[in-house]
Amino acid sequence: MSAPLLSIEGVSVELPTPRGLLRAVDGVDLRLEPGQTLGVVGESGCGKTMLSRAILQLLPKRAKLTGRVMFAGRDLARLPREALRKLRGPELAVVFQDPMTSLNPVLTIGTQIVETLQVHLGMSGVAATRRGAELLAAVGIPAPEQRLRQYPNQLSGGMRQRVAIAIALSCEPKLLIADEPTTALDVTVQAQILDLLAREQQRRHMAMILITHDLGVVAGRTDEVAVMYAGRVVERAPTRRLFARMRMPYTGALLAAIPRLDTPPHTPLPAIAGRPPDPTRPLPGCSFAPRCGRADVHCHESKPPLADPERAGSLYACWHPL
Amino acid sequence: MTKLLSVEDLTVEYAVGGKSLFAVSGVSLHVDRGETLGLVGESGCGKSTLGRAVLQLRPPTGGKVVFDGTELTTLGGKAMRAMRKRLQLIFQDPIASLNPRRRIGDIIAEPLIITGVTDKAERERRVREVMTAVGLDPDVAMGRLPHEFSGGQCQRICIARALILEPELVICDEPVSALDVSIRAQILNLLEEMKRRYGLTLLFIAHDLAVVKAVSDRIAVMYLGKLCEVSPTERLFAQPAHPYTALLLEAIPVPDPTVRPMANVPFGEPPSPLDPPSGCRFRTRCPRADIRCAAEVPLLREIGGGQFVACHHPLAQGQ
Repeated sequence: MSAPLLSIEGVSVELPTPRGLLRAVDGVDLRLEPGQTLGVVGESGCGKTMLSRAILQLLPKRAKLTGRVMFAGRDLARLPREALRKLRGPELAVVFQDPMTSLNPVLTIGTQIVETLQVHLGMSGVAATRRGAELLAAVGIPAPEQRLRQYPNQLSGGMRQRVAIAIALSCEPKLLIADEPTTALDVTVQAQILDLLAREQQRRHMAMILITHDLGVVAGRTDEVAVMYAGRVVERAPTRRLFARMRMPYTGALLAAIPRLDTPPHTPLPAIAGRPPDPTRPLPGCSFAPRCGRADVHCHESKPPLADPERAGSLYACWHPL
Repeated sequence: MTKLLSVEDLTVEYAVGGKSLFAVSGVSLHVDRGETLGLVGESGCGKSTLGRAVLQLRPPTGGKVVFDGTELTTLGGKAMRAMRKRLQLIFQDPIASLNPRRRIGDIIAEPLIITGVTDKAERERRVREVMTAVGLDPDVAMGRLPHEFSGGQCQRICIARALILEPELVICDEPVSALDVSIRAQILNLLEEMKRRYGLTLLFIAHDLAVVKAVSDRIAVMYLGKLCEVSPTERLFAQPAHPYTALLLEAIPVPDPTVRPMANVPFGEPPSPLDPPSGCRFRTRCPRADIRCAAEVPLLREIGGGQFVACHHPLAQGQ
């Protein structure tokens, strides 16, 4: 195994709220090799976005981060601001869910791309404009020179997300974090954007973390998947192995809840009863136990560690695996 | 079966910068009593506008909307208000569709007040009944405010509010798109259960074919303001006839890593509805398009088994 590009070691994120301390991320360990794709899957509030923000060092000011975020040998959590700023762009980049809010509505597309290239790569205005048009063409935007002069509101949601991807890729990052990049888009556009990300990733040998709530999105497009629940990674395995054999009941339930194309209409969906626990009131045992059909007294009392007891290369946190 | 809702040659036109945008252009469809009709298409295809036009929230510029024998487009304000009891709408964003400053019990009781149920005890009894039906505990939830609930719970509140008048037709406009997978399944199951319990007829609008499949008896596929295909659900999935339907089906991410995702998707985005292509509106993205598709608008015709398609070169010929 080569040296990891990113290694997250015991990362926790706590946020003060009026209801008490909220532990958004709870002792997460992850690693990612250069050029690999990691899918992070979980429901709203499971901590997947906070984890990505912890990697990017874009946490809210009140948030307290513990643990280490090692990126290419440096701990990002302890890096000075200026050094971090230099990393963003050429090393680390991000694509957010909503391209309308991540793009500046009062600046043209061109200004936003050119600015990135000038600031991070020190390009001249003319060179940056030329490169900007090339980037837009590379992400599948027709008539790129015209598009450079347009504003975000003149583009469709899919086109805006392509622009956001073009900006993220403009400085050839080593790691791209895509946080629900296709959730706001139609299925056909989603397929196009995911293809685009996969193609650019291979071409650039870039590592990627694909964050989504949809197991369908990670299935065909990641090397490894980490499933998060209530701030913790509850299962982690190479993608094919995970789908071949899910161990954590939560992962199984998440898959079962997706409407399938091969079942007849009006088949009741196996929904997961209840809701995730209140993150300001951590449970002593397994966080999923209150919603889990296999849970017993032990599950409610004692938190299962993320481990690989069978040494089969897939980690899960469960006392009664599937 | 009898038709509860029938839409005939419906057109909805918006004026945009001096031009007219046909959000819905000449759509005809019907929903039988007790049936769920799924309406599928991408953003901007006119599916939500169609739903609103049925309820006369967006008055149609042409065509007819006949609900249980009554033509709604020519109905006066008062008569339409009386009719609204029988037609309800559930929106995509459950949190935005609840007044943040009002208590849940009052929100759900509001339709009763509007329709003149003056007896307070009667109102409370009915609010409790419908809340219990949608899986909310009235003793806990009635006095609370919307922000104390999750998205899924808010959608339950919206469903309770829509059902309290015991409507016959409920139009669900992307009711689960904003919800997580696990909660989505809960709400879809709830809608099915409510449909049985209250004998509802549903027009279920969504962009996700897999979601629509779970609840629909028939599905209508819409593209740029026109219907491409209308078919019984199982038949549509077994043999999609319109190339656009096939494209939508192929684009659904399958939660199975051994299934290769569609590589290098060969299609663009829908053209602007301000300037739709001549002939078949899908032709600019269609692999089967030829000269005829540019010249001639394909009409919706039956190819057998209740499957209708508007295409000169359908994928399935029917038998």
